[in-house]
Amino acid sequence: MIALPSLQRMCWLLASFGVGLLFVLLWYVIAQAKLVSPVFLPGPGRTFDALYYGLVEGDLATNTLATVERMVYGWLLASIAGIAIGAMIGVSQTARAYVEPTLEFLRPLPASAMMPVAIALLGLSDAMVLAVIAFGALWPMLLATVHGFAAVEPRLYQVSRALGLSHAEVVRKIALPSAMPDILSGMRVGLTIALILAVVGEMLASRPGLGQAILLAARAFQSADLYAGVILLGIIGYVSNLALSLTEQRLLRWRV
Amino acid sequence: MSGDTQRFDWRGLVIPVGCVVAAEGAARVTGWQSDMLAPPSSIAVAFWTAALDGTLVKATAATLATSLAGLAIGAVLGLLVGILLGLVRSLDRLMEFSIEAFRPVPAVALIPIALLVFGFGFRMEIAIVAFAAFWPILILTRAAVAGVEPRLIQVGRALGFGAAARVWKIVLPAALPRIFVAFRLAAGIALIVAVTVEIAANPLGLGYNMILAQQTMRPELMLALLVWLGFVGWSLNRLLLWSQKSLFGPAALIRIER
Repeated sequence: MIALPSLQRMCWLLASFGVGLLFVLLWYVIAQAKLVSPVFLPGPGRTFDALYYGLVEGDLATNTLATVERMVYGWLLASIAGIAIGAMIGVSQTARAYVEPTLEFLRPLPASAMMPVAIALLGLSDAMVLAVIAFGALWPMLLATVHGFAAVEPRLYQVSRALGLSHAEVVRKIALPSAMPDILSGMRVGLTIALILAVVGEMLASRPGLGQAILLAARAFQSADLYAGVILLGIIGYVSNLALSLTEQRLLRWRV
Repeated sequence: MSGDTQRFDWRGLVIPVGCVVAAEGAARVTGWQSDMLAPPSSIAVAFWTAALDGTLVKATAATLATSLAGLAIGAVLGLLVGILLGLVRSLDRLMEFSIEAFRPVPAVALIPIALLVFGFGFRMEIAIVAFAAFWPILILTRAAVAGVEPRLIQVGRALGFGAAARVWKIVLPAALPRIFVAFRLAAGIALIVAVTVEIAANPLGLGYNMILAQQTMRPELMLALLVWLGFVGWSLNRLLLWSQKSLFGPAALIRIER
């Protein structure tokens, strides 16, 4: 499990939390004094009200779930495909020579640029959004897996040959565990990308979710609802990243 | 375009060339007409037309200008805050919660807010790109500055440097290779975010022209822009890698932890 932080560390965390509260106070003062027009910047009170009522009575909770679902499904698809394809490319030097230059060219391509193509093929549908998320989140995992497999200590392969392991056993027992740190960090990056693409996809294709909700709130000048949605998106990003970091720590305990 | 590879490996060309030939062949043989996809030959024609009539240049200039402007703003702010937090440990600890609370907000979530504040146009896109570029620069600069050998700073004190001179003459040069890595990452992010904002909302640049081509049923132009965008992103990446190598040599070859 996670070790309890020391007392000193706890104090610093509390202090930094206090600083965070000071920022909220500053936000309150700015909004209260109308230094920024309330159309752009609602006060914290109105925002948290909108968050609370949106979650309890409105459809903020369903929208959040819809976005999370999209993000997770797309990310899972991408993980499975990315690790499988990455493993196939990574184990063979020949395959790498054929595929790697193409991958290097495709990598800097913004995933969102695939969205017009996906709309042309699949229309403004949930399937389109899912396909774009899966495609965009695929790259970090694919490249990390290829890299992880390529970086396996060569002597381990020699050992496996000496032990007479089959191809599948080599992948499962040697290459995969040794590439695990790369794969996990790729999965973390992939999840961030999945959230971004889920939001963009919802905005563009008008599918239900937080992306659409905040865009509609902005169009209706409902700034409190808009900020509530943005806060929720921040929380989703934070929680998903934290969950993966903890998984990473657990899975990689054997390395320390 | 040999780059840093010692010998050109023809095997890397098999897949892209094969795909192009297969797509062209399939289009010729079946003779399909489509509002969704186009054969490589018409993509090439569309690319050529767009390159000649100036739309390509204009759109590329708009996208690159907003990316660079946003990157510049985000980088300067991220650099300043990163140096400050890297030097003053207690301040860094005090800001920890606020930074960790703000950082996970996806930049695209700010599109509606920026739309509300700035309306459509360059300013809105620049603001979002700046936000997106700010965080990696801040985080990596902070780590780079905090990692500067403390004895160097002591030497600066012994020489009677003021705080500003210590930062300018000792901390910055020592941290510069790692700061450049941060800049390279942020530049990639800036281009991606700019295109994403254009596709999602802003009627400007390459992203908007792509979505416009899709909506007006011109798949050949859409795909031509996609290929061009891939080339722009790839060249930018190459350029930055090359400058990193020639500016800092092996000093920049460090693994960055996120």
